[in-house]
Parts: sequence; C-alpha cells; structure tokens
Amino acid sequence: MNRAVLRFRSVLSSNTPARISFWVLAALYLAAIFAPWLAPYAGDDDARACSWAPPSEIHLREADGSWHLPFVRAVSYTFDDDARRVWTEDSTCRFPLRLFRDGHLVGLGEAIATPGRRVSDPSPAGRLYLLGADARGRDLLSRILYGSRVSLTIGVVGVAISTLIALVVGGIAGFAGGWVDGALMRLCEVVMLVPAFYLLMLLRAALPLDWDSRVVYFYIILILSFLGWAGLARILRGMIQSLRQSDFLAASRALGLSPWRILWRHALPQTFGFLSVQATLSIPGYIVAESGLSLLGLGIQDPQTSWGNLLEEAMSIAEIRLHPWTLLPGLFLFAAVLSWNLLGDALRDAFDPRSLS
Amino acid sequence: MSALLAVDRLGVSFATPEGPLQAVDGISLSLERGSVLGLVGESGCGKSATASALCGLLPSGARTTGSARLSERELTSLSERGWRSVRGRRISMVFQDPMSSLNPLLSVGEHLVETLRTHHDLSGIAARTAAVDWLRRVGLPDPAARLASYPHELSGGMRQRVMIALALCPGPDLLVADEPTTALDVTIQAQILELLASLRRELGMTMIFITHDLGVVERVADRIAVMYAGRIAEEGPAERILVSPRHPYTRGLLDSVPGFRPRTGRLPSIPGAVPSPRDWPSGCRFHPRCPHADDTCRNGAPDVPGPEGGVACFHPVGAP
Repeated sequence: MNRAVLRFRSVLSSNTPARISFWVLAALYLAAIFAPWLAPYAGDDDARACSWAPPSEIHLREADGSWHLPFVRAVSYTFDDDARRVWTEDSTCRFPLRLFRDGHLVGLGEAIATPGRRVSDPSPAGRLYLLGADARGRDLLSRILYGSRVSLTIGVVGVAISTLIALVVGGIAGFAGGWVDGALMRLCEVVMLVPAFYLLMLLRAALPLDWDSRVVYFYIILILSFLGWAGLARILRGMIQSLRQSDFLAASRALGLSPWRILWRHALPQTFGFLSVQATLSIPGYIVAESGLSLLGLGIQDPQTSWGNLLEEAMSIAEIRLHPWTLLPGLFLFAAVLSWNLLGDALRDAFDPRSLS
Repeated sequence: MSALLAVDRLGVSFATPEGPLQAVDGISLSLERGSVLGLVGESGCGKSATASALCGLLPSGARTTGSARLSERELTSLSERGWRSVRGRRISMVFQDPMSSLNPLLSVGEHLVETLRTHHDLSGIAARTAAVDWLRRVGLPDPAARLASYPHELSGGMRQRVMIALALCPGPDLLVADEPTTALDVTIQAQILELLASLRRELGMTMIFITHDLGVVERVADRIAVMYAGRIAEEGPAERILVSPRHPYTRGLLDSVPGFRPRTGRLPSIPGAVPSPRDWPSGCRFHPRCPHADDTCRNGAPDVPGPEGGVACFHPVGAP
C-alpha cells in the first residue's frame, strides 16, 4: 500500500495536469460534502419574485459615494416590449454580505437604509445570487452544490460496484477455467451486447415516475454498474489466466494453500494497479451517463438536483440567450469529467511499464 | 523398513496439438526415509516433469502412468482435493527461481504466517513466533526485522532461504528441490547447499534434489539417479556413481565438469544435444551421442534400472 501511495505522489509531482486535476477533484468533492454549509440557500428555497434573476452585482459604494463592505441590493423586474425581463436595483437600502451567517458560509445581513432615502414599502427582500437564479428564483450556486452530491458520487459508487462484480466473475472464470470459464464469458458477452443507454431509458419509462429521488439514485447506480462490469471482467479473466503460469502461484499451490486463498490473496491483488487505473478512467462515463439520463428527465427529478437535470433548463438556444448562467452546471460537469480523465491517464502512464522509457 | 517414496514405472505425457508428448517414460525410484536422492540430467530430460508429477503440479492435459506411492499412498490417482492434503504437509517443493516464486505484494512474514496457519492450528501471534523461528533456522540475519520485508528488498540467496523456510514449515515428509541453486551466484549456491545439508542433519529430512550440476549433487545426495531422455540411465549410491560411473552418459557428464577427474587439455563435452521427446531415437536413446554405440544399441533398448538401482546400458563402462 505504501508503495502505491508513493507512486501516486510521484505521478502528481511530475505531471502538472494530473496535479491540477487532483486538486480540482479534491475541491469538488469537499464542496459536495460541505454543500449545506457552503450553499447560501437550501436547494429548494425559492423566491418567485426573483424568477430568472441574473447573478447579483456586488457593490462597494453607496449612492452617496461612501465606501462600505461588499453588499448587494434587492432587485425587481418589469417586462419590455419583447416580453423580456428588465431588472432594476432597489437603491433605497443595501444588504451587506456576512460570513458565517445562520450556519452558512455566506449570507445577507439585515437591510440598511441608504442615508437620506426612505425604504420603499413593502420593504424589498434581498437575495444573494452569485451564479444567478432559475425560473422559480432558486439560487443556482446552491443547487449546483447540492447537485454535485449526486453527480460526483454516482461515478465512484457505480465503479466500485461494477469493479467488485468484475473481480468476482473475472477472477473465478480465469482461475477455474473449463466450463465455468466458458459459461461466465458467454454471460459477459450477453451483457456487453445490451445497448446500455437505451435499456436505461426503457427501464426508467417502465418504472413508476413518482419514485423518491433517492430510490432513483440507487436504481441508476445499480443499472449502470450491472451493465459496466462485463468488459472489465473479461480483461481480468485474461490477466488471471496468464498469472496462473507464474511461479509464485505454482509455489503457493505446492505449499498446500486452498484455491480460494490463492485466488483472493495471491492472484487478484496482482491486478489492483491496473484496476485502480481502469476505475479512475471509467468514473467519467458514469457521471456523464447519469447526467444524460437526468437531462432527458429520466433520472433525478426536480426538486432534487443533479448537474444533469440542472442543465435541462439550458436545452434551448432561446433559454441560453436569455439566461446564459444556466449553462454553468455544464462547466462543473466538464471540470469533473476532464479531471478524472487526466488523472486516470497519468495513473495509467505511471503503472504501465511500457511507458517508463 | 519400507521406502517413504516408491516410484514404479512412472510416465508423464503432455497433450499438444501434435499429439501426446512423452516427457517421462517409465522411471522407477525408491527413497528411504531420511535419505537424499539427486536427480541429475540435462535440460529437457524430464527432471522437472518428474518433480511436478510428484507434487501434483502438472498442467491440466498432462497424463501420468505407472505409480508413485508416498508411505503407501498412491499419488498418481489423487484428485485436486486429495492433492491439497498432500501438498505442503506431506510433500513440499522448493522452486528454481527465488526471484519469481514469492508473491511480490506480500511480506516475508505474511508468506510464512499464511503457510503456517494453513497447516498448523496456530494463533496469529504463535504463527509469527514460529515464522521468526523458521527464518532463524534458514540463517536469515535479523529474522524478526525481516518479517516486514518484501521480496524485492531481499537478495536472491535470502529469497531462496525464505522459500526453503516456507517449504519446510508445514513439516513435510518429503522435500522436492527443483534446481534450488541454479538461479543463484556460485558463492550463494554453496551457502544454500550448506544450509540444505545442515537442515537435513537437523530435521532428518528426506529430499529429492534435482539439478543438472553433478558438482552440486555431490555435496548433498546419498543416491544419484541420472536421467536421460525421459528414462533413468543409471541409478546407485552417490559415491559409486561419482567415482566409477558405468553409463557412458554419466561418464560424459562427469568428464565435462571441471575438477572432478584429473585430466589434461581441453575439457571434454558430450557431442550433440538431448533429443526432443517428439522423436526419441530408437533403441537406446543415448546411442546417437554415445562413443560405444553399436547395432545392439540401435536396435533394442536396454533394461531400465529398477528401484534397487543399476545401469541401462549394453556396454557399461568398466565391463569386459
């Protein structure tokens, strides 16, 4: 284990893209863990008056020219002739940004009246939209943070499950040989023949729509991983087969160890270097598959969020022109997928003896 | 006293796409408890196939004929499950290449503890104590600290010591050492041979020592069986074989080892190479390379030695 950690560290120190990717991923996963604290609002905290509010402007200067700590103003909209929203700031009061407010990292303080102005009636409600709002006035940043919990974990959990299945099936097939091997490999081929995405759509359409999002989450993971193990199992079976010729497996047989012990303790661990690379490289596929499903409305449903179903709002060019910030979840998706791929590539280079030249 | 191991006309053939390949063709051996048999021969003469057959490590597709009995228990008909009760605690094996015979991911201690606990009812702590004890017995310096070492941190000689400890810790009746010194430096070879000899004295070990090097076998074996082309050419007490070899092949082998017999000029060698099992020569299999071969040798095979020893030759060296 120690050697693997050392090797990983040397990969990070010698490969700049991999190092950046590692820290990007670390930041994203930490943000997912601390989402309730980092997010200014709860994921479903809506404000209809702020429908499609653009990202808040942060001011430092009051109307009378005095300087203050960063603050935002309440906003309201009217429609222009083309039925587009025109936003105006209410300059009668300011809402100062406060750290560590009500259990959140950032929040807004009480309204402070601008000197010489009367606060309008009814008093305006200030909302902090660092990345803009959606149709119901929910904060996009908060929703991205909550959504990352689904999008980022689905890959890791899915890969863990499919790797485990592949280990068991590939290990047994490669080690046992004979008809066991034949039967398991035919099973793999059948699974590989199934067009995964269409099966997912079919199953989702056949299953009840009113399922709780947590159930849907586990269901997506299960389906993805039960479809993803077959290719890996076939590679593992080949590796175990070639390992069977190795001297130390013959030696452990000659010492009277049981076949199970030889398989689990001596043969399969030899493949863990390869597996860690393979797992890292297949995580992005799961993330993208979940996003694709949710984008099509087959996965996580509103009010629960994932990066995929947040992007649903950016599906038409008209929406993107009016509310460009709805594309931002895609940027997070892009960063996560690219980072996992770069990290996986670097790990593969590090573990592949042919690339050591 | 009956023999610990009695091998009777044992044959091993491998299935190949071109048909069966007879690697071992009817060898008979007998091994008393506490004795060491040296099995000698060039590469490809069937030594390792014999060793694999005795440990049940033949690849699937290999067939054995004849019989091999360990304390009256027939080995050739054992199932894989039956072999598991034999391997380790009855017959154990030391392999040729200590570089590849240890799992690179497990420490020395993990190897030993695993094998000890497979064969003896030991707690983890007792197994560690026993492991340290075994490492001390095989002469590894600082045995307690070595438990945490990984194979790549040890030299070839140290690894072979660990392999010997592993093979002996189940307490086997018979140890099969398949060229245990071949992959080592000459100086290390001598140390490993000395270790095996002293362990043999200490534990009263019964051993089959397989090698191609007569200079090595001289130091450990009581009896020597010389194999050629899947058959035993000559078998007998070590001293007799080394001092007055009767088979021309044994003679040739001894002549080609520097320092065995007084000589002048070039070191002699046996012309030609071991024939392939795919086409053994007719008659005596050694005749194409034999200086004394005549029509008798070309037409008929000499009787192979039985368990009591002898020579398979129509014209033994030293005979009138």
